[in-house]
Amino acid sequence: MSEPVGYIERIRDKYETLGFSSYQWVVNEEAPAWQPLKKPLSESRLGLIASGGIYVTGQVAFHYKDDTSFRVIPTDIKTSDLRVTHFAYDFTDARQDPNVVFPLDTLRGLQRDEVIGELSERAYTFMGGIYSARRMREELAPQLTERLLADQVDAALLVPV
Amino acid sequence: MGSALDIMQAVHPPRAVFLDYPLGHTTGKPHEPSLQRDILVQALTHFAAFTEPGSMAALPFRWSDDETWKDTAQRGPDDRLPRYDTPQYQTEDDRRRAETTDASCAVGVNEAPTSTG
Repeated sequence: MSEPVGYIERIRDKYETLGFSSYQWVVNEEAPAWQPLKKPLSESRLGLIASGGIYVTGQVAFHYKDDTSFRVIPTDIKTSDLRVTHFAYDFTDARQDPNVVFPLDTLRGLQRDEVIGELSERAYTFMGGIYSARRMREELAPQLTERLLADQVDAALLVPV
Repeated sequence: MGSALDIMQAVHPPRAVFLDYPLGHTTGKPHEPSLQRDILVQALTHFAAFTEPGSMAALPFRWSDDETWKDTAQRGPDDRLPRYDTPQYQTEDDRRRAETTDASCAVGVNEAPTSTG
């Protein structure tokens, strides 16, 4: 298998071409927090957060300039009502089949097959590519954490793009 | 789970699985539900399989045999869209619906964003 794409290097090159200084990536050296799964996955309620710019028709779409808002997506929504918008990745396939960045049908199937206990009633989406790590950490992440706690999920699957 | 290995390593989440696919396909290929299911089942098993914070595993899937997509991803043209500061709808119909949606009908589906910056 060939080497993975170096996205940090790639973005540094793009910025240099544009005459910008290097982006300061978040690098967490310390060991992250740890919470063991308290019950088997087949009995757990799973939360879902995705950063691929997914919204439901009727909702306000994301904009492309440090949009730190999020959307609440009922997980019983019709897949055909899902939409995708993003400035930094090719969303052609995601618009054809949102499951490639927002695995809603997949997780509904896994709930049916009892691989997971249940999918939480609400999923949360935002549009990544937020420049400000501080705003992400101080504005968006705490709100999403609060939502997941209120939804009483046992585990959360994060799907970035 | 994610497809940008170096960024995931920098962020260092409690648990991570890496899928070596082009960006925009974090959970599979379009219209291949059986593959999407396999990918997700393998990813989800790591919730229980990992025992230490910062664990990371690569999922055993390849986008294509030749992997030429990586050359484009690493060195291709900059195809990002401009940083528009207004909502970017997939369709004009979406725009019309969002702009005319009555707030009283909006419970659930159209729950308002709580922070627009």
